[in-house]
Amino acid sequence: MENLIALLVAAPLLGAVILLCGGRRLDRTGHWLGTLLALGSFVVAALLFTDMLGRDGEDRAMHQHLFSWIPVGGFQADIAFQLDQLSMTFVLLITGVGSLIHIYSIGYMEHDERRRRFFGYLNLFLAAMLILVIADNYLLLYVGWEGVGLASYLLIGFWQHKPSAATAAKKAFLVNRVGDMGLSIAIMLMFTTFGTFAFGDVLAATGETSEGKLTAIGLMLLLAACGKSAQVPLQSWLGDAMEGPTPVSALIHAATMVTAGVYLITRSGAIFNAAPDAQLAVVIVGAVTLLFGAIVGCAKDDIKKALAGSTMSQIGYMVLAAGLGPIGYAFAIMHLVTHGFFKAGLFLGAGSVMHGMNDEVDMRKYGGLRKYMPVTFVTFGLGYLAIIGFPGLSGFWSKDKIIEAAFAYGDGVRPWIFGGVALLGAGITAFYMTRVMLMTFFGEKRWQPTPDPHKEPSAEPAADDAHAGEMPHPHESPKSMTIPMIVLAFGSVFAGGLFSLNESFVHWLEPVTAFEHPHPVISVPAITASTMVVLAIGVAIAWFMYGKRPVPVTAPRGSVLTRAARRDLLQDDFNHVVLVRGGEHLTRSLVYVDHTLVDGVVNGTAASFGGLSGRMRKLQNGFARSYAVSMLGGTAVLVAATLLMRAV
Amino acid sequence: MSFPLLTATAVVPAVGAIATAAVPAAKRTAAKWLALFFSLATLALAAVVAVRFNTGSGADRYQLTESHSWIADFGVRYELGVDGIGVALIGLTALLIPFIIVAGWHDADPQETGNTRWRPTQGFFALILMVEAMVILSFEATDVFLFYILFEAMLIPMYFLIGGFGDRAHSGSDQNAAAQRSYAAVKFLLYNLVGGLIMLAAVIGLYVVAGTFSLTEIAEMRASGELNMATNTERLLFLGFFFAFAVKAPLWPLHTWLPNAMGEATAPVAVLITAVVDKVGTFAMLRFCLGLFPGASEWATPVILVLALVSIVYGALLAVGQRDIKRLVAYASISHFGFIIMGIFAMTTQGQSGATLYMVNHGISTAALMLVAGFLISRRGSRLIADYGGVQKAAPILAGTFLIGSLATLSLPGLAPFVSEFLVLVGTFARYPVIGIIATFGIVLGALYSLVLYQRTMTGPVKVETAKMPDLKLRELLVVGPLIVLLVFLGVYPKPLTDVVDPAVGHTLSDVYGDENPDPEPEVAAK
Repeated sequence: MENLIALLVAAPLLGAVILLCGGRRLDRTGHWLGTLLALGSFVVAALLFTDMLGRDGEDRAMHQHLFSWIPVGGFQADIAFQLDQLSMTFVLLITGVGSLIHIYSIGYMEHDERRRRFFGYLNLFLAAMLILVIADNYLLLYVGWEGVGLASYLLIGFWQHKPSAATAAKKAFLVNRVGDMGLSIAIMLMFTTFGTFAFGDVLAATGETSEGKLTAIGLMLLLAACGKSAQVPLQSWLGDAMEGPTPVSALIHAATMVTAGVYLITRSGAIFNAAPDAQLAVVIVGAVTLLFGAIVGCAKDDIKKALAGSTMSQIGYMVLAAGLGPIGYAFAIMHLVTHGFFKAGLFLGAGSVMHGMNDEVDMRKYGGLRKYMPVTFVTFGLGYLAIIGFPGLSGFWSKDKIIEAAFAYGDGVRPWIFGGVALLGAGITAFYMTRVMLMTFFGEKRWQPTPDPHKEPSAEPAADDAHAGEMPHPHESPKSMTIPMIVLAFGSVFAGGLFSLNESFVHWLEPVTAFEHPHPVISVPAITASTMVVLAIGVAIAWFMYGKRPVPVTAPRGSVLTRAARRDLLQDDFNHVVLVRGGEHLTRSLVYVDHTLVDGVVNGTAASFGGLSGRMRKLQNGFARSYAVSMLGGTAVLVAATLLMRAV
Repeated sequence: MSFPLLTATAVVPAVGAIATAAVPAAKRTAAKWLALFFSLATLALAAVVAVRFNTGSGADRYQLTESHSWIADFGVRYELGVDGIGVALIGLTALLIPFIIVAGWHDADPQETGNTRWRPTQGFFALILMVEAMVILSFEATDVFLFYILFEAMLIPMYFLIGGFGDRAHSGSDQNAAAQRSYAAVKFLLYNLVGGLIMLAAVIGLYVVAGTFSLTEIAEMRASGELNMATNTERLLFLGFFFAFAVKAPLWPLHTWLPNAMGEATAPVAVLITAVVDKVGTFAMLRFCLGLFPGASEWATPVILVLALVSIVYGALLAVGQRDIKRLVAYASISHFGFIIMGIFAMTTQGQSGATLYMVNHGISTAALMLVAGFLISRRGSRLIADYGGVQKAAPILAGTFLIGSLATLSLPGLAPFVSEFLVLVGTFARYPVIGIIATFGIVLGALYSLVLYQRTMTGPVKVETAKMPDLKLRELLVVGPLIVLLVFLGVYPKPLTDVVDPAVGHTLSDVYGDENPDPEPEVAAK
């Protein structure tokens, strides 16, 4: 059975190679091939899962060693996989949601002439993401880590003819590279500390080194997680990443890749458990991002960007939970899985709405769509109820647990601060998601004619010239798109409850992540009650603002906070002024320095040494050229002389 | 006497050069095929060298040795031998030359260039083969004087290749282009000649002190304690050698000749410069600086590491600021040479193995990127980044291969350069954590210049001039395809290369540290 592990990766990797190298002749069948291979990987995952369930909790980890990758001196890196309960959870999520999104894309990308390539990139993503979660050492994890970054880059910039898409793709890769620096340094620290970077060896030896080392490693891993999971201060790329096709936003920028940071922290639990300072940093980053994303999500009128803010915020919850240690790891992963269902469902719903609305993304130009797109409405609605934590649905179970655990973090004011933030976040979530729901599916029709696509190259594939100037005719999407939405809606409704039945999810992960029951500073029923109250307040405010009153088609100016939130709380402005402008000045002046100073000084020094000052400046008029040739001649004579010596 | 295999690897391309040059003026195509044939024959011989080379433990450091008396009065001998590092670099050279020849197939055609001089096509390919012969022999020479002669002599064909066959894509007038080309060629020559002359002084000095030019004899004398070199003498001699190699490599601040040379030369010649000839500089640091002057090498390490670090960051920043595609690649190379030199002087197994792999991987990745860039430039007749845009739409295969070349340049895991870059970083970090961490910024800057280049040329709205750009032709695909396959293969399975390189690095480090373990011990003992 263990030998099947590599097949998980091999299937989508093969698909990527065939689709990307196969050429035009695969245009008509390529998407089926890609989808089949994704499904194949899911089937393998299911087989491995049933096999795993047949064994005892402590005995479930499987290993497969393929070959020695980089053997240099004491440095040993292997291509080897490890599939334990934590990895298995991810594998099922990735291949399951991944397959659904392949199916959805068949319909969604139908009119795109580069659909084959799109599926090739999707398969490449699956392969890289699977490597990331089943690697048995940090260096191989790094391969998957940057591999998903590459796939994300290619898919965000899929419509490369749009400058905004190309810029967003590059930005995502660059910001992620800053995070990758953290991962590099963490691996180097592990190597110099433990002499290895294999999970088993490093995580078992954390007791043998100082807390300072572990804190340093932990902080570097956190930096990596911030990049990949769009956590403050490296969150700026996620909003722009919405330039990619919507299925990509659902799969990569909601359900799977952006949660890799949570995986990294949970996987490295033994390091963080022994480094409380690093844990505190993780908790702070999670709490800050949780609020940051939620606030940004409240202000966006672009449906995908509002959802992106929400993703950032929900991952903030997961990171916060992962920072809490053994009381939080299992809940972080549980929320990660339920979020994978409902957020992917919400994005697919948004894609379906855009599909019916001539690719309009501005929610102010939606309204009243529930009658026209009933399936989308119901599935999106269930996802909505799940994410705000409506009692009984998935988000209720997973998010409440995180709030409880946050109220149990440390002592003194800490539980109150972080528990309070988590609670507040639940209220804001209820507000912005209700806003999205109301603006899209309720209220008056505020539809506008499609703008002339020649002004801005088309954003989504269906937007072609035919729609220019027309009013949208919203319609339900084809079956290939609605079926994945329905499946995900089922997950959004039932997954959380199922996982919480007899704490089955916690027990499943316990052998890997360990588990301790949280003891919150206030009683659990009180927390649940407060959550319900905050939730109700959030929904009510949203209803007063967007349900009771008509929504203006053009956004009002808004308060200072609203305007800042629309601009991602000014982070991009900061980046632009400091990094982009500053960087441009730096490189421009360096180019000048190199041309005049470095070149000049070296030439000048050389010239004065050879007594040539003056002549060097005349390099181009042949003066120095003749000098060079004479020097060359001199060397030739020298060589000839040495050769002749032999004869003498 | 056994077959002189090492001599043959240099003689074959040299004979090829003469044969190619002798082809009558009208039979240009025959000359090209002849050159290609000889380069492939050299590749076959290099493969034989690699196969015959014994990587087992206890194998000799220098293998396939040849030794003949040459200038007996000075003790100059014709002494050859290869270690694993030499094998790797001979392999790289022999591998790249056929691609360079095929990529430059039309670069010296007279009717297209308007070049009416005597048999330019024959000359172009003969010069390339001549360079190959000298480079390969310099990787084999274990006699310091023999190495010096080759080190200097290869400047002559290189000078003519840069000055005589410039890039046709030029924004200025023809006259202006010729002036810039000759400036670049002369600058190349002067920088390297000055370096070489200083080295010559050191070579003579070494003879005065040691009484021999033979690397192996000097090593034996050092081992038995016979060699008596005063500390200051050793340091001065070291500096003389190092200076010449640092110009060739090139190391900041001696780098300014490279962007000129690579910008003005045709793309295949630019590859020849940076991927092949410059490697002689870094190779020689490993073999001669460390082997002859271990004490002085250790003494100079801090300064060299800082200069290497400056190269990494400075080269990358300047690459970001370039407007010319080829100059951008040149500055990227300067950054990469910084990594190589850093890896060498980190004096750890990982650092030096990484540096050696880096030489090979950088050769392949730069060849891939630069040759595709050359194909791109030849289609549009401009080297300016701003003249491109949206190429992806018109020529998706060209854009795809360009992207892979860029990704290799930014050391994406899964492609070969990642392995070497990470090894260099780890090897440096193990001994010099601060320098290692600062160097890690290089991975962000590398992504910046690579992706900015890709974005500005390949994406965005299609420009009128690029709308009808033809995609890669079969000949061009034959050049790029195998290079990409190699990049992937060596990224996933570098073991064949590390097996060859690792023992040689062990020998080189034992020059400096003797029998001590050169690597810092991890804090927690391995189980």
